[in-house]
Amino acid sequence: MAPKSCALCQNAKAILRRPKTGQQICKDCFFRVFETEVHNTITEAQLFKPGDRVAIGASGGKDSTVLAYVMKTLNERYQYGLSLFLLSIDEGITGYRDNSLETVKRNQQQYDMPLKILSYDELYGWTMDRVVSTIGKKNNCTFCGVFRRQALDRGAASLCVDHIVTGHNADDIAETVLMNIMRGDIARLGRCTAICTQGEDTIRRSKPFKYAYEKEIVMYAYFKKLDYFSTECIYSPDAYRGHARAFLKDLEAARPSAIIDIIHSGEAFEVKDEVRATQKTQQTCKRCGYMSSNDLCKACSLLEGLERGMSTAAISDKGRRKLEAEGPAPNNLRTIPYFRPPTTVTIEVPAASQ
Amino acid sequence: MKLKIEFGGGLELLFLNQRTHLIVIPSTVPQGDKNGQPGQPVDINFLVHWLKDNLLKERPELFIENGTVRPGILVLVNDTDWELEGEGGYQLKEDDEIVFISTLHGG
Repeated sequence: MAPKSCALCQNAKAILRRPKTGQQICKDCFFRVFETEVHNTITEAQLFKPGDRVAIGASGGKDSTVLAYVMKTLNERYQYGLSLFLLSIDEGITGYRDNSLETVKRNQQQYDMPLKILSYDELYGWTMDRVVSTIGKKNNCTFCGVFRRQALDRGAASLCVDHIVTGHNADDIAETVLMNIMRGDIARLGRCTAICTQGEDTIRRSKPFKYAYEKEIVMYAYFKKLDYFSTECIYSPDAYRGHARAFLKDLEAARPSAIIDIIHSGEAFEVKDEVRATQKTQQTCKRCGYMSSNDLCKACSLLEGLERGMSTAAISDKGRRKLEAEGPAPNNLRTIPYFRPPTTVTIEVPAASQ
Repeated sequence: MKLKIEFGGGLELLFLNQRTHLIVIPSTVPQGDKNGQPGQPVDINFLVHWLKDNLLKERPELFIENGTVRPGILVLVNDTDWELEGEGGYQLKEDDEIVFISTLHGG
């Protein structure tokens, strides 16, 4: 087959077919369009303003590694004026996270960004290794997910950042749309395609790769020779997501636009007010001050279950009642340090100086 | 025919945890081989079966599905997306470099 030339510059040899458009393009045009599309996503959603301190949730995997590289590139190219940080959570999984954190430490050098690592052990007094040795491999992803979410916010608060960006890509979001449909979780379905989420006193979180295909992220990492870590978590993977993922990949093979089409479907759903009203109102956790929809936040509840040797009890409301029936939490119970959101310093610019 | 094979994105774990392999395969499909028309030049689909039979150490279902690589694995032929080269039907040449990268691992 004769080499095809690039559909954009008509000049160099095409090296990639874009899944979004079917265009065959060369390496330089690929880098340019990939970066420009992320830039457009950022500017259209007005994710940042000059002077923002932004933490990149970094796992050492492909998505966050490419995100760190692209954020650095765009910040310099378009003068966003951002201070960028790497924020990693160490779940305490020997043979998995310890290796991936080595990658993040190399990224810190390569990208010249400050790195903060916060461990479950430091925050909760439990590593995931110890959680799994206590509760087994069932439900451990629930613990890890709840703990990670809160750890990211707390790590970000300690860095005094305004914003956390994560490497969630178009494939991840399409998967989540499918999972929420299959579970009938309509309230989440309404939120899961949002590019930026923010509660009242939580730190903004956004997904600059919302429209970036996984295939292009991996190709970008390959052609740029970026250093990333790729191993499955040694504890049982999220089986339900695995099915959604395999299904999505089959759809993509038949019709590459399927991923972006599913995201658009998710965005177009209009969630009725009655459905939205079933969501509990947000309050702060009575024990640790983190946002919560109950008296105790999920992490405090799970931690109390672990500490009191009734670990799986805290996963459901029924289990929680059982735990409460056992009596109040003992006074010497290990708890999570009180959460103080970063004090946002709003500097009022006097009208005269504008 | 000599080929250079590279695995990435976690696929190397199925192949002795080694990223690069230099291999020699027949240049035409051998008699009695069910993975192609005997006597025809070998293509990537033949190579995928050959790798499964000769180099893969564990969990073949993570590499091969319905006679070709599993969806979610990217393939490059001499640093070009195999979708531009005829995918599984690409006829291999001496000294070709074929890269397989899994996209299925977390990021």
